[in-house]
This record gives sequence, C-alpha cells and structure tokens, in this order.
Amino acid sequence: MAIDLQLEEEHAALRQTVEDFAQREVAPVIGELYEREEFPYKLVAQMGEMGLFGLPFPEEYGGMGGDYFALCLALEELARVDSSVAITLEAGVSLGAMPIYRFGTEKQKQEWLPALCAGEALGAFGLTEPDGGSDAGATRTLAKLDGDEWVINGSKAFITNSGTDITRLVTVTAVTDFEPGSKRREISAIIVPTGTPGFTVEKKYSKVGWACSDTHGLSFTDVRVPAENLLGERGRGYAQFLSILDEGRVAIAAIGTGLAQGCVDECVRYAGERVAFGKTIGSYQAIQFKIAEMQARAHTARLAYYAAAAKMLRGEPFKTEAAIAKLVSSNAAMDNARDATQIFGGYGFMNEYPVGRFYRDAKILEIGEGTSEVQKMIIARSLGLKG
Amino acid sequence: MTNIVVLVKQVPDTYSERKLSDSDFTLDRESADAVLDEINERAVEEALKITEAGEGEVTVLAVGPDRATDAIRKALSMGAHKAVHVSDPALHGSDVIATAKVIAAAIRRLDSVDLIIAGNASSDGGSGGVPAILAELLGMPQLTHARSVTVEGGTIKVDRETADEGVTHLEAQLPAVVSVTEKINEPRYPSFKGIMAAKKKPVETLTVADLGVDASEVGLDNAWSKVLEAAPKPPREAGQKIEDSGDGGVKIAEFLAAQKLI
Repeated sequence: MAIDLQLEEEHAALRQTVEDFAQREVAPVIGELYEREEFPYKLVAQMGEMGLFGLPFPEEYGGMGGDYFALCLALEELARVDSSVAITLEAGVSLGAMPIYRFGTEKQKQEWLPALCAGEALGAFGLTEPDGGSDAGATRTLAKLDGDEWVINGSKAFITNSGTDITRLVTVTAVTDFEPGSKRREISAIIVPTGTPGFTVEKKYSKVGWACSDTHGLSFTDVRVPAENLLGERGRGYAQFLSILDEGRVAIAAIGTGLAQGCVDECVRYAGERVAFGKTIGSYQAIQFKIAEMQARAHTARLAYYAAAAKMLRGEPFKTEAAIAKLVSSNAAMDNARDATQIFGGYGFMNEYPVGRFYRDAKILEIGEGTSEVQKMIIARSLGLKG
Repeated sequence: MTNIVVLVKQVPDTYSERKLSDSDFTLDRESADAVLDEINERAVEEALKITEAGEGEVTVLAVGPDRATDAIRKALSMGAHKAVHVSDPALHGSDVIATAKVIAAAIRRLDSVDLIIAGNASSDGGSGGVPAILAELLGMPQLTHARSVTVEGGTIKVDRETADEGVTHLEAQLPAVVSVTEKINEPRYPSFKGIMAAKKKPVETLTVADLGVDASEVGLDNAWSKVLEAAPKPPREAGQKIEDSGDGGVKIAEFLAAQKLI
C-alpha cells in the first residue's frame, strides 16, 4: 500500500526553483504589469529559458522530459504569486503545445513543438464560441475542404494566448462535415498559423481579473490553410479536446491551490505586522481562525490535485478526481480570496496589494476549463446518477 | 579549453533568523533553512558562461557538512559538470585559513585547473578572506571583487570594483583565482532537465585525511581567533527624522554620503 505524499527529489527541486523564480522575478514586477494590463513578455521568456513550457514533453521535441505533475507544481508556485503568469504557462502548455504533441503528425510536432517548448512561441486553442461555452459540441465554425485546402469561417471567444506578439498558431475546432439528416456533426481540429489572410484577432477583452493574460475573440473569414493542417483524426476534434480537458482541469486545480496558498502567505505576514487596538491582528482569535480555515482549504485543494495527478501519472482514469480537484480548489481560491481581502480591510480593496489581485483572479477559476457546475455533473455521473 | 573550479558554500537563508549556537558560538546551522549562497550562484553562472563560450569543465567544490549536498546539487542542476565535497566533523569551526588550506589541497588533487571562481564573501561568515588566502597558498594571482570577467586564451581580464577605490582593471595569466561581486551577472534558474541530469553527475566526497591535511590544522580548536562572547543583535533603533525647511534634499544627501551609500 503506497500512501506517500512526499515529493520526489526532482519534483521538490523544481518546486523550489519555481518558488524562487516567482518570489524574485514575478513578485517585484507583477503589480505594475497588472495595473497596465500588460502581457508579461519578459517573464515568459525567462520561464522559457527555465524550460517550464517544455516540462511534460520529451527532449527530442525540445522538452524537459518531465511529466504533467511537474507542470502542476510549477503552476501552483507561480499562482501563489500571480495567476496571470500561471495561466499563460498553463494555456501555453496544455492548450497550445499538448494537442500538437498528443495528436500531431511527426512533421507537425517537429515544426511547432521546439519553439513552443522554448517559450519563444505560443500556441492557442480555439474551442469556445460566442454562443457556445460548456456546450462545446454546438460548434458553429465551419471548415470545408476545397481541393487541398480547408476554408474556415466562423468565430471563437475568450481564447487565451491568441493575440500576443509571439503567438504563432491557433488550433481551431470546426465542423468539417454535414451528414444530411444526422444530428451529430463531425468536428475536427485544424492548425491555423497566425498571419493567415482572413484570420483576425479581435481587440483584447477588458477582464475582471487575469489582467496580464492575453485573451481575445477570433474571427475567420474564408481562411485557407493546407489540408495537412488537420490536427489528429478528422471528425475526432471534440473527442480529442475532451481527453485533454481532464489534464487541464488538474492544472487549473494547481493554480487554484496556489492562489489559495498565496492568500494564506499574505495574511500570515500582514496579521503579524498590522496593529489594531494595541496588538497585532494576528494575535486575535477571530483572525487566527480565519487564517486557519484558509490554510485547511489550501491544503485540501493540494491533496485533491495531487491525488488526481497521481492517477494520471499511473495511467489510470482520473476524470472524476480531476473534476473534484478543480471544484474543490476553485472553491478554496474563492473563499480564501474573500477572507484575505477581509483580513486586509480597506487595503484589501486596493489594487496595490496582492490580495486584491487574488480576489479579482479567483472568480474565473469557477468558470474556465469547465464550470463548477460541469464538474458537479461529472462527479454525479461517476456516482451513477443520471439526468 | 578552460577548466574551472567554483567554490560553493551552503549558508542559512538570509530570509530566516540566523544565530550562533550557545555552546561554541559557531553558526547554528539547524535553526535556519540552508541554501546555496546567492553569490555562489553568480560564481557558477560566470563559470558556465565561460565554458559555454569556449570549452572546458566546471567543477564545484564545497567544504561543509553532509547536508551541503543540497547546495552542490543546485550548482550541478544549473549546469556544472561534477563536484567535490569535503565533509569531515573535524572541520567544524574551522577559520578562513584552515578552510583555504583544505580547499587548496582539494584543488591540487584535480587535473589541469585553469581558473578558480569564488564569491567575494559569503553571506554567513562574511570575512571575504578565502579567495585571497587560497591564491596565496596555490601561488596564483588573485583578482578579487570582479564585476566582469573575460578570458582570452591564457589571459584573464577583470574589472575590479570596490566601494573605496572604484573600478580598476586587472589582468593576469591563468591559472588564477577570481572572486566575483553581485554585479557580475544574473544567475540562471535550473531547468527540470538540469535538475534531473544533476542526479547522475559525479560527486566525490572526501575527508580531511583523504586530502592529506593534518587534523591538527583545522577545526575550532586550531582556529587563529576565538569567539569569547556573543549577544543577540540589539533591536533596530528609531530612524532619524529630517524636517524639510528648504534644505531637506541636501540633508538626505549628506546622510547617504556619510553612510557611503552615494
């Protein structure tokens, strides 16, 4: 029987390295970048040099030969300091590079992965549409084969990393066939390089949080790409995406855990400094209990994503564990961000303090990569409950 | 081809509370997180830059207790090729002279060393004496307080910077001993590939006897100086307030100049 939550030596060393990086490089600059809603190009380049974008990929494609859990540990440490930076890495790896690694031809992998693994280029995944979020099967974007080219028309919404100066491609899901009389439509994934005529990156969204993360709507008007840009099997675009989504949920759970822990870090420090009625506020039980609960939530969230990752690495089904981890950690992030801003009082409402940033960044964790409601559906189904 | 030895030291994290042990006034290593001294990260970085631009091998050399392996691993995960770790209970409490003797003995065992790079001073002991003493013992030129280093063939050029003397330009023939300041570079972060590769890199562990150093030359009892007493740092005093009656800027400048900050 193996119940061992002790990190292996190399995982522990990586976690420590990313913690140092986040504290030394991210923390000093992120407040200002966030205020200006600037994409953190320099930090992305540094993370690229550290190999973070290549963590779960083999060395032959420029990767680090690590695993997905290593990525999760890195994400947790980044999110302890800032979620925008963490989500930029998460989306770059699990939405930009992973579909190509998982489903791409050898030629596609050789063409795209080295630059993506080095963090010199970013890829994005265009699934969500303006009229279809959780109901991803309702894709309206169309791709028709015209000779040896796909002709793509449609639009996508909320696509992370799709409009940076270093974005090189967007993998787009599109309906590629219309069987007369059939209700089920064939959805495929197609690689669209940036700069392809007819492919327009819309103006950057103004978001509640994740201010340094790059998010755009995309539109496609008679966009032509070679037939060989099909990623994976024709008609399997949606199924392929679903198989990647479970991993992505564990990654988001790691980000939620990091945010929840970051709230604890900030509150422990502040409660030891801030004096009210003659004593530090940390000496009052009302504050101690709040922070104790916050720590319990962060700890629980971490255990949940470790458990999901452990099953993933063992090659066992982990869909339900991933859903639980994402649900628990996004709750922990929301609750801790709320309590942390409360402990900081008026300062908690000021953007110059990290907890204000955490508060703004927490909400999306209950929405992105499957809403909390979707996670509950998955958990309920795993229990045999049917709708 | 430049074979470089980098001296590294495990020190208490400057973020944690550092203190001396009550029994013998040596550093209380158990009470604080131990890390690779940041100045040593810069020394390793400089060595890697030199070997990456040309050829050569980087050996890290640490004198310290067993747990200093963690600091050695970090240097190896940054990209150093191999390590020598001198660990011996007899070394406990050694002064800079004894430490330099042990380092010199360990370096003499290595083949073709062209350059030795150290930090200018550790963040725990802070004497800054080891690089100079080591150079003397090895009969090599010493180029200390380097803020930049260039190696061209068998020649090394250094910009030396100190608070009192400003910048001076030094040049010497290899082999030589260099100590670097925090201005030398920004050290890289280890990659995951580097972390995994570090596990397989050779670390040679040696005792004082292995080096042929007599135990009577090292350790607390044989140190040239003794700590007789130690007291905790007094609490920080209130700062000095400057009222601005038109000359506030000048007063601040005078204060900073008196502290040698400007």
